[in-house]
Amino acid sequence: MDFSFSEEQTLLRNTIQSFIQDNYDFDKRQAIVKSEEGMKQENWKQFAELGLLGLPFSEEDGGLNFGSVETMIVAEEFGKGLVVEPYIQTVVTCGGFLRRASASIKEKYIPGIISGEDIWAFAYAEPQGRYNLNDLTTTATLDGDHYIINGYKSVVSGGPWANKFIVSVRTSGDQRDSDGISVLIVDKNSEGLSIRDYPTVDGSRASEITLENVSVSKDELIGEEGKGAELIELIVDETIAAICSEAIGAMKVLNDATVEYCKTRKQFGQPIGKFQVLQHRMVDMFMQYEQSVSMTYMVNLKLDEEYAERRKAASGAKVQIAKAAKFIGQSAVQLHGGMGMTDELNVGHYFKRLSMIENSYGNIDHHLKKYSSAG
Amino acid sequence: MDLAFTKEDENFRQEVKDFIDKSFPQKLKDIDKRTDLTREDMLSWHKVLYKKGWIAPQWPEEYGGTGWNITQRYIWDQECANAGTTPLIPFGLTMLGPVIIGFGNEDQKDWVLKGILSGNDWWCQGYSESGAGSDLASLRTKAEKVGDHYIVNGHKTWTTLAQFADWMFCLVRTKNDGKPQEGISFLLIDMKTEGIDVKPIITLDGGHEVNEVFLEDVKVPAENLVGEENMGWTIAKFLLGNERTGIAGVARSKKAVERLKDIASSEYIDGENLINDSDFNSKIADLEVDLTALEYTELRTLAKESKGEGPGAESSILKIKGTEIQQRITELTMEAVGHYSNPYLTPAFERQGSNYLTIGPDYSHGVAQNYFNTRKTSIYGGSNEIQKNIIAKMVLGL
Repeated sequence: MDFSFSEEQTLLRNTIQSFIQDNYDFDKRQAIVKSEEGMKQENWKQFAELGLLGLPFSEEDGGLNFGSVETMIVAEEFGKGLVVEPYIQTVVTCGGFLRRASASIKEKYIPGIISGEDIWAFAYAEPQGRYNLNDLTTTATLDGDHYIINGYKSVVSGGPWANKFIVSVRTSGDQRDSDGISVLIVDKNSEGLSIRDYPTVDGSRASEITLENVSVSKDELIGEEGKGAELIELIVDETIAAICSEAIGAMKVLNDATVEYCKTRKQFGQPIGKFQVLQHRMVDMFMQYEQSVSMTYMVNLKLDEEYAERRKAASGAKVQIAKAAKFIGQSAVQLHGGMGMTDELNVGHYFKRLSMIENSYGNIDHHLKKYSSAG
Repeated sequence: MDLAFTKEDENFRQEVKDFIDKSFPQKLKDIDKRTDLTREDMLSWHKVLYKKGWIAPQWPEEYGGTGWNITQRYIWDQECANAGTTPLIPFGLTMLGPVIIGFGNEDQKDWVLKGILSGNDWWCQGYSESGAGSDLASLRTKAEKVGDHYIVNGHKTWTTLAQFADWMFCLVRTKNDGKPQEGISFLLIDMKTEGIDVKPIITLDGGHEVNEVFLEDVKVPAENLVGEENMGWTIAKFLLGNERTGIAGVARSKKAVERLKDIASSEYIDGENLINDSDFNSKIADLEVDLTALEYTELRTLAKESKGEGPGAESSILKIKGTEIQQRITELTMEAVGHYSNPYLTPAFERQGSNYLTIGPDYSHGVAQNYFNTRKTSIYGGSNEIQKNIIAKMVLGL
């Protein structure tokens, strides 16, 4: 057993850290969030130059063939900087689907991700579905050699920046059946696709997508028709592992900032960190963080395990991260007092991002149920 | 002991209900809760109540109160919350009014109370400073007596709605030796006076409620001192005690729980209504039990108060539990709306022409911002940690 990082992995971490230091201090981040586009294309180009966009793809596909630990390192460091560019959405989630697709799809699409040319988003959620990935009313029916898609996808993270979508659709079966789900690639410029973009409370952007008789070639199908549920579950678990990694990065910044603030902020003639009630709160924050790091390592190391083992790891990690995100986020604001409530200080922005991570790809209740039913 | 309402109480309830129904301004009903209210909007319900003579139920009748007993006041609060009336601005009515009644001179009782009742004077609270938050007594804004004036210099912060205020009641330092508590005075400052500068603080939900107030050589007439010089701390504590009682917000929390249940009845989980999900349902039940306990704790406090004993350190219980419950409600509401807590739909966004009303259900708008904003409640009015210190010291004698 070994939890240490290789030299190469440490080098990767240092690279991201210096990127954040140079390009992503809090003021720069806020300028990006408030800009018209909401992300910075130059940063995306730099991700490509650094090789980050090719991280998980095989060498055959032009990538670096790195594993989940490397993805964890990138996401964790991005979490520290509250990076808004859609790395997880494009490389981990959509890249995850493409890696498992046919040779012709890989050849057609992976180079565009690695070069930084294309940004992708995963359109899976529907208003009635909550966190059930199988609860789908968006349908696709085969008409000759094309699928005709009709339906509605909500809160598509990174949607405004994407030019390609991966869409989960129902090709057969009832609304919540696991059989009959398929995964299709849809170009943003497709006729019949309409999109409404908006900012999100955590500084990112998302979209509502309506699909009205959108026609895509059946060559754009990933995996087998009707057998998409299992693949979606796998990719969502990998995404959860990356989001947990992002979360521990954000938690670390909040914990450090809170301890530092309590050491310097004086009330009643002494640093407030001298008060035992606040010390214990910070100890609890620290313990929540450590437990979260443990679960994040665990899930990232178990993504290749058999189904039940992997599922329990992902849901278990998501539960721990959600609990910690809430406790650490709320406590950091509380201990910073009024300052923690301001838009000017970074603390509130980390709190907001962590609050959204809490419910992203399923909240605590959802994953507790999934955990106990995983076997 | 008796929990039942009498026939008279029920008649009173009907009268109140009819009045609210008939008189609550139509415009406020139509105003989109997500957009910021204007100063005039915030005052319009106040003016209706003033005309009716129902603006200050908590004041003694001789100063403009309603003469209602605690049951009637309770019914009034309940019916206002049920009808979703716009909350009244508390700085004059809840905070300063009782101070003036208790500590003010005849002249102050006349002009200050009149201005509060009519709504002509909007007050703000000049308490916190950047170096004096929980440790309020360490405040440094200085007032020097020069002839028949005080000259005030310093800086106040977290001043709620100061951007609308005509007047500020302000804690200032008038003496530097001795215990810090012994050198504080309570001054009434006209916000139009030269040397006052109000700067907005934007909070993490994107709203503008609080401000910084800079005071540079601000000339305040000596007759604007409330009570004696250097007795400001006694007044400040009296005021905070009153603030804490009102802070429980039981009736409004009940209303918010109803809204939460409505949302959970419209949301789906695996094809069922969320309200029927046993996990979610027990969280709501748990919340309701806590809220019921708080309701009866508040009633016991009010009953004591009506006999002239109060509000003591027990009011800290109301502040802690009340704010914890308010925060829990916003948390669960955000949980209930699921994915649609993410969109950040500001009025500015709407003006850009995006058809945002169709992004997510109407009830999901502003839910996350409300959750973020409500984190302030365990910080303001004396943080919940400070309230626990008060109970430990004053009630338990530790």
